[in-house]
Amino acid sequence: MNRIEFRGVSKSFPHAAGRMLLRTRMLEWFGAHKHERFFALRNVTFDLQDGESVALIGGNGAGKSTLLSLVAGLAAPDAGTVAVNGRIAALLELGSGFHPDLTGAENLVLNASLLGMSRRDTYAAMDSMVDFSGVGDFIHEPLRTYSSGMVVRLAFSVAIHINPDILIVDEVLAVGDHAFQQKSAAALRHLREQGKTLLFVSHSGAAVQAMCERALWLDHGQVVSDGNVKEVLEAYEGRSTVA
Amino acid sequence: MWKGDLFFLLSNLVQKDFKIRYRNMSLGVFWSLLNPLVMMSVLTFVFTKVLGGGNAREYALSVLCGLVTFNFFALGWSTGTSSLADNAHLIKRVPVPREVVPIASVLSNCLHFLIQIALVLVCVIVFGRGINIHWLWLPVLWGLEVVFVCGLALASSALNVYIRDMRYVVESANTVMFWLVPVFYSFTIIPAQYVPVYLWNPVAALVLSLRKVLLDGQAPLGHTMSNLAIASCVTFAAGWFIFQAVKKRFFEYL
Repeated sequence: MNRIEFRGVSKSFPHAAGRMLLRTRMLEWFGAHKHERFFALRNVTFDLQDGESVALIGGNGAGKSTLLSLVAGLAAPDAGTVAVNGRIAALLELGSGFHPDLTGAENLVLNASLLGMSRRDTYAAMDSMVDFSGVGDFIHEPLRTYSSGMVVRLAFSVAIHINPDILIVDEVLAVGDHAFQQKSAAALRHLREQGKTLLFVSHSGAAVQAMCERALWLDHGQVVSDGNVKEVLEAYEGRSTVA
Repeated sequence: MWKGDLFFLLSNLVQKDFKIRYRNMSLGVFWSLLNPLVMMSVLTFVFTKVLGGGNAREYALSVLCGLVTFNFFALGWSTGTSSLADNAHLIKRVPVPREVVPIASVLSNCLHFLIQIALVLVCVIVFGRGINIHWLWLPVLWGLEVVFVCGLALASSALNVYIRDMRYVVESANTVMFWLVPVFYSFTIIPAQYVPVYLWNPVAALVLSLRKVLLDGQAPLGHTMSNLAIASCVTFAAGWFIFQAVKKRFFEYL
């Protein structure tokens, strides 16, 4: 079964999107202001099978985050089709949806509901989530007193507890300490053994190789290479050092 | 697509807004009472002592009915309008149904609203007006107000994503409404030719009906209630429609 299907997907953004003013809009309506669009993805096609774990690699601005946001259903493509089957947990950014003034426990509950967990499942998994995060007594302190590593641990803990079919992880693991990195790597391996689909973005070649069998290399919004993780990584690192 | 527990999510978002708002206030909910009490006293002083005569008690009650209705309308609409822009990090990172954000933002004002409602009811009883059977209309009235404000917030929050000046439009509209809604004057002094226009304004119809129930001990007028119900539902439907039409591009513009 295909978990994720991209068919000729393109996605562009307006260049002047930073200026959300009435004046800009009026100029647009009168046709005086033509905004150019920036293509973040161009004609991208790939499939992700159930149970595959794929690394997404590429330099800054290659379109990785745009691709992930299309998979997560946050944005719609300009052209082409995106199909996703199954429940997704997306860790796109450090504790997105966390609020600094809420306690760790309150943030856990809020985040679980944002990721689509039911009330009953959330409270049933609460102890296990707190335990996995390893923040201990800090769980009843406001999040602003946490170190950044603790915030990631909390966010990661929720994500693996919602029992997703597809887990998207975007370079967040690097922030945790060594012990937590090992713990989360073990948790990811466990998810893989259960046959979950994993989409993983990381700049660390070692982490990518340990976690994934396949890699997708994006450059300027296009797929440069798609295949065995070792070969793609070698080609990518080779080119990066030359350039 | 997001498949989750919508009610659980909504209640968590409402609680979040509420906790954040009140956690950093040492006097907590007391602030919810202070504003209408101060406004009531000032308006009563100005309109019964400075600008004219009249029974201060009667006037105070009448003003309070207007203030509480207007406060929820103004606060709910303005916080709802900026809700999507304020929660841009959520919209860009979590695939939750977008409609939830402005609606939660309006609903998070409800506790504030309930406290003020309690204040009105206590004042009504203290000032010697009893409880009557028509109080059963009150939940309907306030329910319609919530529906109406949610509809406005859906439309204005969506437009605010594209045109950030929207919040200033809403602020100005709120100031205008304070004068156009019979908050601090009686409905009876409105010239006859303007009465139908007033009745189509849901906030004015709400204030009128609220005074009818609480002060006169009568049921709200049938046509006022039907106008109110129609205007609230149409506003909500229009807000929902506008929101659906533009929500696809939120990601790019936030």
